[in-house]
Amino acid sequence: MTAALLVAAIYALHQDFWFWREARPLVFGVLPIGLFYHAVYTLASSLLLWFLVSVWWPSHLEDAGHSPAAE
Amino acid sequence: MIPAAAVFAYLAVALAIGIFARRGSQQKDAEDYFLAGRSLGPAVFLLSLFGANMTAFSILGASGHAFGNGIVTYGLMASSSALVIPLSIFLIGTRLWALGKRHGFMTPVQMFRDRWECGHIGTVIFLVQAVLLVPYIVIAVMGGGTTLQAVSGGLVPFWLGGAVVSLVVTGYVCFGGMRGTAWVNAFQAVLFLMFGAVAVVTIGAGMGGFPRAMESMLASPATAPLLARERVSPLYFFSYTFIPLSTIAFPHIGIFCLTARRLSHFRKTIVLYPICMLAIWLPSVFLGVVANTATDVPAITLKIDARATLASEGPTLAPAERDRLRAQAGGDDVVLRLLEGYAPLWLASLLGAAVMAAVMASDTQILALSTMFTQDVFAYYEGTARFGPAMQVQTGRVFVIVLTLLAYLIALGAPQSIFDLATQYAFAGYAALSPLVAAAVFWKGSTKWGALATTVWTAAAVFAVALLQAVVPAPAPGAAIAVLTIGSLDLVSRAATGTTVLGFMPVVPMTIVSALLMVVISRWTAASRPSNITLAKYFPMARQQV
Repeated sequence: MTAALLVAAIYALHQDFWFWREARPLVFGVLPIGLFYHAVYTLASSLLLWFLVSVWWPSHLEDAGHSPAAE
Repeated sequence: MIPAAAVFAYLAVALAIGIFARRGSQQKDAEDYFLAGRSLGPAVFLLSLFGANMTAFSILGASGHAFGNGIVTYGLMASSSALVIPLSIFLIGTRLWALGKRHGFMTPVQMFRDRWECGHIGTVIFLVQAVLLVPYIVIAVMGGGTTLQAVSGGLVPFWLGGAVVSLVVTGYVCFGGMRGTAWVNAFQAVLFLMFGAVAVVTIGAGMGGFPRAMESMLASPATAPLLARERVSPLYFFSYTFIPLSTIAFPHIGIFCLTARRLSHFRKTIVLYPICMLAIWLPSVFLGVVANTATDVPAITLKIDARATLASEGPTLAPAERDRLRAQAGGDDVVLRLLEGYAPLWLASLLGAAVMAAVMASDTQILALSTMFTQDVFAYYEGTARFGPAMQVQTGRVFVIVLTLLAYLIALGAPQSIFDLATQYAFAGYAALSPLVAAAVFWKGSTKWGALATTVWTAAAVFAVALLQAVVPAPAPGAAIAVLTIGSLDLVSRAATGTTVLGFMPVVPMTIVSALLMVVISRWTAASRPSNITLAKYFPMARQQV
């Protein structure tokens, strides 16, 4: 449930209506704020995925993948 | 003019890698040819999976779309994909790997047939998957033709460039199989991951710095909207988050998930996938946007002028003239024009090769279709039993040749831009098939009839959208034609960018209805559920839930 809520929250943050009509500020003088936000969003996705694989890694599948017998 | 020598050198290197990669293999059977013996290490697995999923539209299509539509391109495709694709690999790809390792599956349809205890329904799924994959392959041929035409300054015509790409890909897929394809994809991934940073730095230096270019765009009413998203509907933006669901349903990705040596090899792939997306998409989109200020590149100025004419006179122009201007305004080669205008010759050549690398990612799709045909049709209908396993591999090779030829012939006549073609047909169709894959691994209650309903719905929906867009011509940008109205509600509309259903892209209702059909039809045909013995293979009692 925690994982699902985290994923849902990150997914919802993709719809960034607060930067919809704005180009400024230009981050680092070149990146419109909407583009910068989504670049950071991409990094945040990587962090979320790192957290998911660290805490909820389905290690039982490695065993299931090698064992021919039903569990 | 960018010399084509570096691009042809890259093609030769790719061909050599692909052919010789398989020579070191001890195992020479079908599993080795089609799945690299399920032995890919973590680095090759990550790079080749990413490389297989990045195609012509990742560089050419993305920058071309950004050229005309602005920064919205990144949010539409890249950032949503950066979350949804690795998430689906984490949840579903790992399970596909385990099932393949344990039960010897080589294709998704083999698993579906076993999972739902069906035969010919599996053939229907194969047919729909195969037909939907052809546009994906066509993109690569079109991208190859566009790239070679651009880098040679027109000396290599589109038809010849597409033919060269088709022949090279056919060569290493036929002789190298999955092992060769994986190594070539890994090499390609390294090249075009490097492309982004190098291209941005080089072109930025050539243009005199990006801050000035950005300020000039903000100062112009014609280009300022490209730096925000005011022209894009939030519903349309949300719709695009459904497109990446297609990835786990793509058969070549499903098959690729079977090639990892160990489950742990998925970890790095899942965590680093967004970083790889950022490395290639952010530069591509940024360069596409900033190309609007490259008025000292004649080819780009022509595009800007054509777009301005369309905007001001579009509705009054004759259809033929409108089509000509649309073709002229097309941005699929804009990043190549930037390289031509601002990069030193030797660097532009290398970067052109990197673009070609991204363009040639159809190899995995072609091999996947070959694997599917030989396993799901030839072997299933007793071809292997009758003619032997060696003939199975040879049949796969012949299929590769025939399929590539077919894709090449379609590419010669296809009129749409790379990006539009990819998103509207292949991606939407596969996104609508994602409930099929999810139900197979997560829902005990799914039945073969639910699977059939989902598959037939997907085919019908894609056909309906394609038919509508062929019959109802695209209106001028900003306008929309109501196709189906209920009361005062425009249910289905035809816009310049495609079809909308209640303001959403078709992929949204297609996927939702597909999921509903899986649930409703499966419940309705609950008596057709597989046996407990079969279900126990997929849902062991002691399995932990994620």
